[in-house]
Amino acid sequence: MNWDWNFFFGYLTNGLMLQGAWTTIWLSVTSMILGLGLGVSAGMMKMYGNRALRWIAEFYIWLFRGTPVLIQLIIIYTGLPQLGIRLSVVESAIIGLALNEGAYLAEVIRSGIMSVDKGQTDASRAVGMTWRQRMWMVILPQATRTIIPPLGNQFNGMLKTTSLASVISMEELMRNAQMLAQIEFRVLEAYTVAAVWYLVLVSIWGLIQVRIEAHYEKPFGPAAAVSPDAKKDIEKILRNSGQA
Amino acid sequence: MTQQDPTTQPKGRTWARTIGEPIVIIDKVHKAFGENHVLKNVSMTVGKSEVVVVCGRSGSGKSTLLRCIDQLETIDEGTIHAAGHLMGFREKNGKRVALKDSEIALQQRDLGMVFQNFNLFPHVSVIDNVTMAPIRILKRDKTEALDEARTLLQRVGLPDKENAYPRQLSGGQQQRVAIARALAMKPKVMLFDEPTSALDPEMISEVLEVMIDLSNQGMTMIVVTHEMGFARAAADRVILMHDGRIVEEAPPEKFFTNPESEHTSLFLSKILQH
Repeated sequence: MNWDWNFFFGYLTNGLMLQGAWTTIWLSVTSMILGLGLGVSAGMMKMYGNRALRWIAEFYIWLFRGTPVLIQLIIIYTGLPQLGIRLSVVESAIIGLALNEGAYLAEVIRSGIMSVDKGQTDASRAVGMTWRQRMWMVILPQATRTIIPPLGNQFNGMLKTTSLASVISMEELMRNAQMLAQIEFRVLEAYTVAAVWYLVLVSIWGLIQVRIEAHYEKPFGPAAAVSPDAKKDIEKILRNSGQA
Repeated sequence: MTQQDPTTQPKGRTWARTIGEPIVIIDKVHKAFGENHVLKNVSMTVGKSEVVVVCGRSGSGKSTLLRCIDQLETIDEGTIHAAGHLMGFREKNGKRVALKDSEIALQQRDLGMVFQNFNLFPHVSVIDNVTMAPIRILKRDKTEALDEARTLLQRVGLPDKENAYPRQLSGGQQQRVAIARALAMKPKVMLFDEPTSALDPEMISEVLEVMIDLSNQGMTMIVVTHEMGFARAAADRVILMHDGRIVEEAPPEKFFTNPESEHTSLFLSKILQH
């Protein structure tokens, strides 16, 4: 059996693969949003919580960063029913991926918040903002700028990590490629098509990420950010070099 | 705004200020950072519309005093009354109870603070820096707050910068926006923490002009600064701090010509050498 382009192109536009790609997208987005919520909560608890909250956050981060996602997914879907907790495939996939993502994002969020200048806290307190107000209006919007690039990379990873949900029979790209491969035994073509789809999704995300980063960078960006003083200096240097 | 340099040519007060009732009362305040006893039994009173300049070497506790008044630091002992509030505490059955963060925030709204490093909000435009607190915290009417912010920007000499981001402004311009931002909350007292120390020499005067203008309009001001020109031109009283204590407290005429403390003479001789 040689490589057959007919199978390749056939699979590329096969309904099962398109459906799988769509599932991969919404599974990634949903898990990422929930994971972000968990990450912000855990990050904040670790930074500002009392001892109990800090301990809970630390434990959560330690547990989910220290174990493979694959095992987390299998335990949630096939292990928990033993304790009487029965979750559907979709629920298990989303919960497992979100819990795992949140543990990683907690650290990303924490470093983002720590990157904001301490003077910003002083300034926002001085105009009479409460903790909640200064977090919401001053600290988090500035932390976002630091958080966005690693967040984008995490989402890039998420798009591919969802393939692990195939083991609990979540019908996303990977699982559907498996099914196609089993029908006609065109294993190479089927998985190559799945790989191409992941590349396409990740590349599209890359384009979106650039735009989001540019948006949050705008108030800070170096382009057109030359201060009047710097401009004066530059003009002076240019003038002097012209005279010399 | 004129380009005259008030550090070398003090203009003097344009009208004799009437100093009103005490609006800031600091009583036997102590503050320590760990082993480091920064404020030692500091007491002072500032009347309404009075301008007090606080100077002293770095590490003398002058910035900490200002930060304690605005509750950016919590005092260990003593009391601070400002703009009618017992700052940071509440009296309950004769005992002091520390206020919650949100209650302190309410007190802080009556005081304005200007920082050495400006600390403008870099993620929003100049006009949003000025209107953020009035609109989103005081829930003021948006158009009204915008109008007032524009008037304030005019007053600090930056009417054409409302859509710029802080990074596009020079240091002197940023500091003037910071003053406008503080004024937008209609504070009863303005605190300045070395407002010109981070500025290039040619920008110091533009900030001092705004401050002198403010003092002439009757604003109560406590200014930590090394600009003795400003002290001569605008201060009603000059205070020297040394090692966490107030060692000299006098009207500028007396402070500069006939100080009582040896620390003052030493400080002045060092400052004037520059």
